Amino acid sequence: MLSQAAGKIAQTLVVLLIVSIASFSLLKLAPGDPVLLMLGSEFDQASYDSLNHALGLDQPMIVQYAQWLGNFVTGDWGVSYVARADIFNLVVREALPVTLTLTACSLGLAILVGVPVGVLSAVKKDTAWDAGAAVFALTGTAFPSFFLGILLIWFLGVKFGAFPVMGFVPPWEDFWAGLYHLVLPSITLSTFFIGMIVRVTRAALVEVLDQPYITAARARGEPGWRVVWVHGVRNIMMPVVTVIGLQLGGILQGAVLTETVFSMPGIGQMLTNAVLGREYMLVQAGVMLTAVMFILVNLLVDLSYPLLDPRLRPR
Amino acid sequence: MTAPDAHQAAAGDALPLLAVEGLTLERGPSRILDGVSLTLGRGETLALVGESGAGKSTIAFALMGLIGKGEAKIAGRMRFDEVEDLVSLNERGWGRLRGRRIAMVFQDAGAALDPCYTVGGQLVSVLRRQLGLSRAKARERALELLEGVGINDAEARLSAYPHELSGGMQQRVMVAIALACNPELLLADEPTSALDVTIQAQIIRLILTEIRARGASCVFVLHDLALASQSCDKIVVLYAGQVMEAGPSRGILEHPRHPYTRLLKSCVLEIGTETLDPPEGGVPSYGDMPAGCRFATRCPNALPRCFAERPVLAAEGERLIACFNPEPRQ
Repeated sequence: MLSQAAGKIAQTLVVLLIVSIASFSLLKLAPGDPVLLMLGSEFDQASYDSLNHALGLDQPMIVQYAQWLGNFVTGDWGVSYVARADIFNLVVREALPVTLTLTACSLGLAILVGVPVGVLSAVKKDTAWDAGAAVFALTGTAFPSFFLGILLIWFLGVKFGAFPVMGFVPPWEDFWAGLYHLVLPSITLSTFFIGMIVRVTRAALVEVLDQPYITAARARGEPGWRVVWVHGVRNIMMPVVTVIGLQLGGILQGAVLTETVFSMPGIGQMLTNAVLGREYMLVQAGVMLTAVMFILVNLLVDLSYPLLDPRLRPR
Repeated sequence: MTAPDAHQAAAGDALPLLAVEGLTLERGPSRILDGVSLTLGRGETLALVGESGAGKSTIAFALMGLIGKGEAKIAGRMRFDEVEDLVSLNERGWGRLRGRRIAMVFQDAGAALDPCYTVGGQLVSVLRRQLGLSRAKARERALELLEGVGINDAEARLSAYPHELSGGMQQRVMVAIALACNPELLLADEPTSALDVTIQAQIIRLILTEIRARGASCVFVLHDLALASQSCDKIVVLYAGQVMEAGPSRGILEHPRHPYTRLLKSCVLEIGTETLDPPEGGVPSYGDMPAGCRFATRCPNALPRCFAERPVLAAEGERLIACFNPEPRQ
């Protein structure tokens, strides 16, 4: 078990290294000389050389990379020119909690709606309910989230004034106000996800419910709800968790759109502004962070397999 | 009045534990079971014998109420003890029978045990739910049951997952789970066909010992006529969903009267016998069944009327035969 996990973690570190190299090259490939940018128009060769030396830009590329990686790991991500603030603080302390909160709420909503709808669909296979759920799932997957966001803002926000349409209140400061602000963005971000979960849950459960151990559970006199929720659902956890893990990357991308539509100060909005303002260091930080989160989620999914299926545990 | 003992029940004097009459099951246009009748007394063992697709397992599943109303149309009568009509029994009624008074051992124990729960977990959950035992009592009982079915180191096996056990062990666990609530009727659906030959005899013997110790009745689904006659009191020979011949097992193996039973017997290899006469052709498809006896297309004794008219299961002594042209009585 431990050696298995160690192998997965080593794999993850290699992937992270590759991502960091790509991320580092982003800064190097960006047009413009940072020294020229900082010195302005009036300067002499001596001050150029000294700043170039101070920034370490006269060093070989590999040394620059090592320095950059060291800085990144220790949390020294540079300073934003526009906000005149430490990038680590901007990204990790301010933007990341917003995105994580939005993602967690959307994910929770998607699981709470998607799994039961999928389970009912599988149990009531080939009925009107099943057909309705399939249409619901497909619509959710196909409907562009930014458009749904705008519709929700228009109907529930502007027309009926039921929910706030923009901004973010941290739930850890004011729980109910925070949740209230998260309603529309979470619905927007989770619809795609709900569709995916409904479909994978249904497909996996239809297969599992045909297995002999399900019939055997019924033959032991287990009531229908127990057969489905204890034996059925326990056995579909692996495919469902896999899909959720893979789609979590998609939800991070979806967050860019959702945060923009709902004016939430998360990673998505920050990245959009950074790209528009050509703040390459901020973009770089965002790219690294997104990649790290995606890779970590995948690692967690991998590590969860032996917990989900006893047959994958080494003897 | 005295309580019916096993012998009387076997002789058909008293009300049998299980009585099936004219059981017919239709799946779409196919008639999978066609007028199956059988009776089983307390403490009796009965074997359903026939080729694959003869409907043996379907009968067992119907007796367990495991065939959904949407899956197939069931007609006829099934009576179990005081429960007069199993055919129209609702889920609540089945809930009182399944696992408790009627239990089942499945063909492939490896597939019939939930891979995500431990052996002990599955066994304890049955004991707690069905018998209302406390966690500690149920665990104690689970240990006894595992030891009872011949599992060594039962304590350690309780926390094992099904895939960590051998096929024989898995089937022993399955038997322990089925016997957990001391059922009156055990259905064993080809309990050994997924096992090695050496283990097969052990499992059959185990099931027989356990049900005899409990005074329970058992319906075995088997495809081996010789094994059936060794293990069971009665044999019911099925072909394409119809009962061909039924009666005490010794007589059936020694003097089969129905041509199909004879054919089945000829498949049993015996040392010293020169001739081997394998059955030719296969079971006709359900969409294409002859109107009369379903075996007519393969029957060496077939008469013209066999194709048009369905022979009725008629008693000849202790034997029941559905044939217009049976082998002569010996």
